[in-house]
Amino acid sequence: MRSILIKPNFESWRCAARRLLHAGVEPAAVLWSDDADEASLFAEESIIPESGGVPKVSAAFLDIARSATAHTDPRRWGILYRMLWRITRGDQRHLLEMPTDPDTRLVRNWCKAVGRDIHKMHAFVRFRLVGVGEQSGREQFIAWFEPEYRIVRLATPFFVKRFANMDWSILTPHECAHWDGNALQFTPGVSRDAAPDEDAQDELWRAYYRSIFNPARLKVRAMQSEMPKKYWKNLPEAPLIKGLIADSRKRVKTMLETEGLPVKPAPKNSYLESLRRLNDQPASSAD
Amino acid sequence: MELIRKLEVLADAAKYDASCASSGAARKDSLGGKGVGSTGGMGICHSYTPDGRCVSLLKLLLTNNCIYDCHYCINRRSSNVRRAFFTPEEVVQITLDFYKRNYIEGLFLSSGIIRSADHTMELVIDVARKLRETHHFRGYIHLKTIPEASPALIELAGRYADRISLNIELPSEKSIAALAPEKNLARTQNAMAHIRTKIDESFAAKTKPGGAKPTPFATGQSTQMIVGADDSTDSVILQRADILYTGFKLRRVYYSGFSPIPEPSALLPIKPPPLVREHRLYQADWLLRFYGFKVDEITDPNSANLDLALDPKLAWALRNRQRFPIDVNRASREELLRIPGLGVRNVERILGARRFTRLRLSDLVLLRLSMKKIMPFIIAADHTPTLFGLDDNSLRQRFLPPPKQLELDFENPAPSKADVRSVISGEI
Repeated sequence: MRSILIKPNFESWRCAARRLLHAGVEPAAVLWSDDADEASLFAEESIIPESGGVPKVSAAFLDIARSATAHTDPRRWGILYRMLWRITRGDQRHLLEMPTDPDTRLVRNWCKAVGRDIHKMHAFVRFRLVGVGEQSGREQFIAWFEPEYRIVRLATPFFVKRFANMDWSILTPHECAHWDGNALQFTPGVSRDAAPDEDAQDELWRAYYRSIFNPARLKVRAMQSEMPKKYWKNLPEAPLIKGLIADSRKRVKTMLETEGLPVKPAPKNSYLESLRRLNDQPASSAD
Repeated sequence: MELIRKLEVLADAAKYDASCASSGAARKDSLGGKGVGSTGGMGICHSYTPDGRCVSLLKLLLTNNCIYDCHYCINRRSSNVRRAFFTPEEVVQITLDFYKRNYIEGLFLSSGIIRSADHTMELVIDVARKLRETHHFRGYIHLKTIPEASPALIELAGRYADRISLNIELPSEKSIAALAPEKNLARTQNAMAHIRTKIDESFAAKTKPGGAKPTPFATGQSTQMIVGADDSTDSVILQRADILYTGFKLRRVYYSGFSPIPEPSALLPIKPPPLVREHRLYQADWLLRFYGFKVDEITDPNSANLDLALDPKLAWALRNRQRFPIDVNRASREELLRIPGLGVRNVERILGARRFTRLRLSDLVLLRLSMKKIMPFIIAADHTPTLFGLDDNSLRQRFLPPPKQLELDFENPAPSKADVRSVISGEI
């Protein structure tokens, strides 16, 4: 049995996996563990060049592995190596296309969970304006977000494209991302109090959220399945939810009890009269 | 009026429009030094309100003043609702402020009709023009257009917008004449035909190799039908949707269950339809668009309305039992799509997996299918259904949900989790 200690990221796993594969070490003979702070790491030893007969693997597998390594399940390193082994040495080139294979299914489920977390980060990050650059004149924003998985590097290129002309930082407990118009940079995680709590626009945003809600269609579980409570603490609109739900029954009752307004005759208006004349003409093309 | 009060009035006035899509736009982003925004990927829902609806676009009316008198609408001229009017600059500023904070994907702007269709369209277009040209806004813009507006203005709207829509509101000329006297079915469909032509032209120009850079135009159009404000049956509603999809290539038809409004009209029903009716229509709509169903297959020839207790594919399967069981290891894609409980994605997974293996029930469990639903209808390597000896009624009983889900129920308001997923994923 061989013990392999890596840093908990894709590059570190890839390095180790490549060496093991090259050395022909079977998956069952490897015990994987990870530690972000460990100084002497297997993966940082010299890398054997690929020309030494390491089999190639598809870009699709590397994409999946990159995404799956962002998950936090401790089995991920070993299972990904086992898949790599099966694809390259086990004559199972089509492993990724077999959704009923337990390894494929597990890894695809990790990817799905990671993908969902990335999507929710794109949705629920809330930027707060903190100033304007004295020389650059660029607006500066800070956001706080708590992702479930290690997705900061996977999720932030989206914000670069969308908010290319703002300076922004997204702070999380694991890792932070910073954009200044030139480069995306990453720094270690910080605590919640490093980010501002409020933005001057939050009040207007809450007014919108309150007003766009339709009390006659209450579907609390549908809301929660897409916006689970774990995200609420960092959403400026979430404190309104309880009150909106509580008031909705009364609001609907009032609407249902209001007597219908009678139809009034159309006012004199030349535009409405022209419409009426059009309506009186025989229909042209529609049935 | 204070800006925040205007926002309250004009968001409240806009909330009855069900559309919120922000996907399907052409790819654009703000790299390169100007403006803000990006589109082109999957649409993003930035929040959800307790009605289960997503908040993706900032949905506003420019004004809720209106000279039309559509009886289902809170903003009709005979309503006593509080009125407000945004200046175009105000809408532009709120949109940019909200967008930069990542509250929204973009703007969905509509308006009550003031003075005339053209005058109203010009004001709406002015907002979009300022966003795009003055502020280089690259986020999503959805503009509501008016069938009576001149073609040149609709073309201009399509130039700035990613999506444009015209609300048909009701499925038949008779209902439109009764409830929306200023509107007209033929005019609405003529305007949709015009938009379709522009979308097709723009697409053809874009894909022509070596062609000149075409004038940009929206990549899709959509519409909305209100359900339960008139006596139109589901069959009439779906027939109309089918005409709109095939004749005018709409991206989406939204079904909006008529919802009680303050300031109701005497012409409208007091009791809203059950929310599940709207849900069944969406499921039927998916069958039309992604499952190869013909509109006449979806409703029961003996009943013009969908079965509220069962999803429409299951209801169809129970009516057409001679088509089953279907062998998941041999059937074509078209046949697999007809199996209740099997969505588009899982059909693809099955087609992929069976190239390498003969599928057994345990494989289907791994795909997380609802076994209870599909087992009576399929043959797998280790399974042949036995339920087909049962009479119609007992098989139907097997699938009925608890009856409490059928009514608007404030103690237990949600449809089942599976229903929620199916609305979101489109899988039936």
